[in-house]
Amino acid sequence: MRQSFIRYLPLVLLAIAWEVIARLELVSATALPPLSDVLTSGIDMIKDGELVSNGASSLYRAGVGLALAILIGGLLGIAMAWWKPVDMLLAPIVEIFYPLPKSALIPVTVIWLGFGDGSKILLIFLGCMLPVTIGAFNGARSSEQVLVWSARSMGASRLRMLWDVVVPSAMPELLNGIRTALALSFILLVSSELIVAQKGFGYLIGALGANGSYDAMYAVVLTVAFLGFAADRIYLRIAKWTLAWRD
Amino acid sequence: MDARMARLIETMPRGSEPEGMPEKATRFVYTLVWGVARIFSVIALAIAWEALARSGVFTPFQLPALSAVLERIWTDAVSGDLWINTALTLYRALVAFAICAIGGVVIGMAMSRNQFVHWFFDPIVSIGFPMPKIAFLPVVILWLGVYDVSKITIIVIDAIFPVIAATVIAIQGVERELIWSARNMGASNRELLHQVILPAALPQIMTGMQVALPLSLIVAVVAEMLMGGYGLGGAMMTASRFANSTSVFAGILEIAVIGYALVKAMALIRRRLLIWHQEVTWQAFVP
Repeated sequence: MRQSFIRYLPLVLLAIAWEVIARLELVSATALPPLSDVLTSGIDMIKDGELVSNGASSLYRAGVGLALAILIGGLLGIAMAWWKPVDMLLAPIVEIFYPLPKSALIPVTVIWLGFGDGSKILLIFLGCMLPVTIGAFNGARSSEQVLVWSARSMGASRLRMLWDVVVPSAMPELLNGIRTALALSFILLVSSELIVAQKGFGYLIGALGANGSYDAMYAVVLTVAFLGFAADRIYLRIAKWTLAWRD
Repeated sequence: MDARMARLIETMPRGSEPEGMPEKATRFVYTLVWGVARIFSVIALAIAWEALARSGVFTPFQLPALSAVLERIWTDAVSGDLWINTALTLYRALVAFAICAIGGVVIGMAMSRNQFVHWFFDPIVSIGFPMPKIAFLPVVILWLGVYDVSKITIIVIDAIFPVIAATVIAIQGVERELIWSARNMGASNRELLHQVILPAALPQIMTGMQVALPLSLIVAVVAEMLMGGYGLGGAMMTASRFANSTSVFAGILEIAVIGYALVKAMALIRRRLLIWHQEVTWQAFVP
């Protein structure tokens, strides 16, 4: 308790500094509303449901996009590691698209699917797929040859081996790739909603900022930042639990 | 973002060298065949794009033909717009990246040498790293306006964390024996830092930078899209407002080329800087 208090004291100090600077009006109140005002307007927005409904649609987009990316990206990566022709065919394409700054796809997904959920889901799917693919690929390739040989000598079929040997040994790298994808999904979600959307966190931030209700805008920004952080921590827990079988 | 990501892409397969083929001719043929195989799927993709666009399944608005897109890039290049936009985007992304690289290493080093700095920055980094910091973009605009300063600031906010984290972890991981022996041979603090700790930590620091560089580009494009004006992102946004999808696709191709070139350049720099490190000899298999 005491230890974690000392550990997180800098954040408390920053919060106090924020409040004091804003209260003393060292900077203008529009640029930095006091933290207490931000928190009250955050609670107000939760009460009238604005934050919750926009948040739900944002999380829905991120969730569906990410789930598709994990499913298809993971399958693709394992297929590339397992069948040489797939690798030959897809590796150059992966290599070319991997460094593409994914945010460049925002206008295209809008051209294809409009302003609603579809374009954000497509963007998050496309943006998050490759880190998962590369994680799965590297993991599946690193499966120990000895394990593969012994499984084969014990008469495991190719498919059985894939499931019992290759997939488990791909797990650590795959989970790492998914963590990258998780962080990326938040970045893409917020940026695409900031640029074009009719609901969601990003839209709410933009609309509140345009209205001049800056304390509410700060509240949403902090909510998104906190959710991204919380998602990462929860994911780490799950990943640790998934890998519990390894020594 | 995970620090290993950048390294993973380097370990992608590039085909293994054939063993026991001393003749030059065979080697040449092999390289040629492998090269063709490597670009085959890319060419196939390009042809598929062109064919699909011409087949009429999609309207030209949804999918302009590749030839039309290339033509647009050519016109932009001749008129000079392409160069202005590219230069501005690169300027913003690279200035911000340089700030991240230097600032991140300095903060990381200070954190591993000074208890107080560590105490102050540790919770900020551990909470700030996984946050989607792009959400602070409207706040940055509120404070600094819509010009270069605010674009560079938001990129730095986003891309400095991987460098700090990588530096701290790298310095922590420097072998104790190395430091002890250097001390034993009479190295001063300064010499120790410059000649032992930094070189030994360099591989991981570079990995952090290899995460930060693509991130800088992603954020640069988003910031330009949101704030408008010149720059590749801004040009794409203007094109998309006028339903000019050929220019939007042209923008994607341009940004893709820049991203590819930057990532490759970074990998090259890594290989040159770390020429003494064992990973390079190990990577010699990977042309």
